[in-house]
Amino acid sequence: MSPDMLFNLLLKALSQTLQMVAAAGLIGSLIGLPVGVFLATSGKGELFPAPVSNRIIGAIVNAARSTPFIILVVAIIPFTRLVTGTSIGTYAAIVPLTVATIPFVARLAEAAIREVDKGLIEAARAMGATPLQIVFKVLLAEAKPGLTLALTLTLVSLVGYSAMVGAVGGGGLGDLGIRYGYQRFMPDVMLAVVVVLIVLVQAIQSLGDALARRFDKRSRKT
Amino acid sequence: MKLAHAAARSAPLPQAEAAPMVAFEAVTKRFGSNGQDQFTALDGIDLSVARGAITGIIGRSGAGKSTLIRLVNGLEKATSGRVVVDGVEVGGLAESGLRDLRRQIGMIFQHFNLLSSRTAFENVALPLEIAGLGRQAIRNKVGPLLDLVGLGDKAGRYPSELSGGQKQRVGIARALATSPKLLLSDEATSALDPETTQSILALLKQINAELGLTVLLITHEMEVVKTIASDVAVIDRGKIIEKGRTFDVFTDPKQETTRALLSGLAGAKLPEAIARKLAATPQAVSRAVVRVTFFGETAQQPLISKLIQELGSEVNIIAGTIDEIAGEPYGSLVISYAATPEVLARAERFYRETGLQTEVLGYVA
Repeated sequence: MSPDMLFNLLLKALSQTLQMVAAAGLIGSLIGLPVGVFLATSGKGELFPAPVSNRIIGAIVNAARSTPFIILVVAIIPFTRLVTGTSIGTYAAIVPLTVATIPFVARLAEAAIREVDKGLIEAARAMGATPLQIVFKVLLAEAKPGLTLALTLTLVSLVGYSAMVGAVGGGGLGDLGIRYGYQRFMPDVMLAVVVVLIVLVQAIQSLGDALARRFDKRSRKT
Repeated sequence: MKLAHAAARSAPLPQAEAAPMVAFEAVTKRFGSNGQDQFTALDGIDLSVARGAITGIIGRSGAGKSTLIRLVNGLEKATSGRVVVDGVEVGGLAESGLRDLRRQIGMIFQHFNLLSSRTAFENVALPLEIAGLGRQAIRNKVGPLLDLVGLGDKAGRYPSELSGGQKQRVGIARALATSPKLLLSDEATSALDPETTQSILALLKQINAELGLTVLLITHEMEVVKTIASDVAVIDRGKIIEKGRTFDVFTDPKQETTRALLSGLAGAKLPEAIARKLAATPQAVSRAVVRVTFFGETAQQPLISKLIQELGSEVNIIAGTIDEIAGEPYGSLVISYAATPEVLARAERFYRETGLQTEVLGYVA
């Protein structure tokens, strides 16, 4: 394969991967974050006590997270078709990716929010804050570094998941590696795909770490 | 309803002024459901907190102090009995009423509970944001408050860049932001070193005097109560076992637990070597060991030199402390002198005439 051809293939695959990761990451986080807040604040004796709903949603989240992604992809094909009108292609692949992202983000966000010192919640209550004020002014503000790292981890995982949606014609880097690198036995394509993936993941992680460090005021800097 | 309330506040009745800021009436608090795991944290508490005063509640950890102070702003709810704050029964308030009440009560904490993501300025601004104040109004309030607590130059610092004492000063400024009528202090100096503790206590005293703010504090450190509280209540296993003016309770504790909490303060301790040799009755050549307590008038007079002249016998000073409790001078000396009948009789007469408080601890050979 000529370098030109390889470059064009890589570019197209990269743009598909980025589209899938960005769209699923964005929509999945927008839905997953509130679910995570709910999970972190709806236990018995917490801000919005709803232990029954908490347990039900927790169980759904667990079920979704324990379903292998490739099975999730085929299992929700009817739903995918309902949303996008098709079950194959990059746009169609965004649906299962988003569905998998929601519980992932929810659990990570819950963990980050639960890390916030309970004393801060008590202090805010003592000031006369409403539960919603506590969520926005205390919990989300204090959990910002943790939430940033959670989001970073989500994006990195999405890059990995997106490699599997070649199964439904989603395209992307993973798909390129399987079809050219493995099935047509072109090790140079495989190597190029792996290198691009490493650089992509590295970039996401570094950016996330830098942002988290900036948000984190807990360590003394002198 | 609202109008009537405002009118009552602008023209208070004389009795209302004299009414306590906080009153606990037969308050009991149990945790857990009925059965074996139920735990009675507070048991029949009756206590009132005087307006404009600094009242201390002292007790060991686990005595129920934390629960007691959290009943005042409704962070905990009483199982039975009434908690009344400035004429309003806390237990009868709905959530929104409770939030209004909390905005009139400041609270400071042992571990400061400052938001790490906010600067000193932003931390002090938080209760004002919660109360819905505008940006400009907040700026007008926070600056003077940081000046008041001596942190005018640290407005832009994050808590991680401040020392423990400075963090607590931010906590105090934050508690004062909504101009509360009552300040609750939950072990506010327990995480601080002695020197910083003193400076924080001095600040609380200053605020109490300048703003006329009522302060209710809980602590396990008798030093805190001794330094700033005019009134004290001693709590043990969920019950108030002793209460009164700090000076009276500290100089004349009636309960064993109180004495234990005050050990090190309630007069000079007897040195171990002498305590071991102490006998209950005098022998032929023994010396009487007596604790003499001075306070009020007697603390100001040269009584020891008079005593020596009066007894016509050598007086040995074994141990002693001179101190100040709630702003009043207080001294306690353990002395010994010959236990002969005539010296003892002369001493007896001297104590009667001067009104010195004394206690014969025993006799040593």
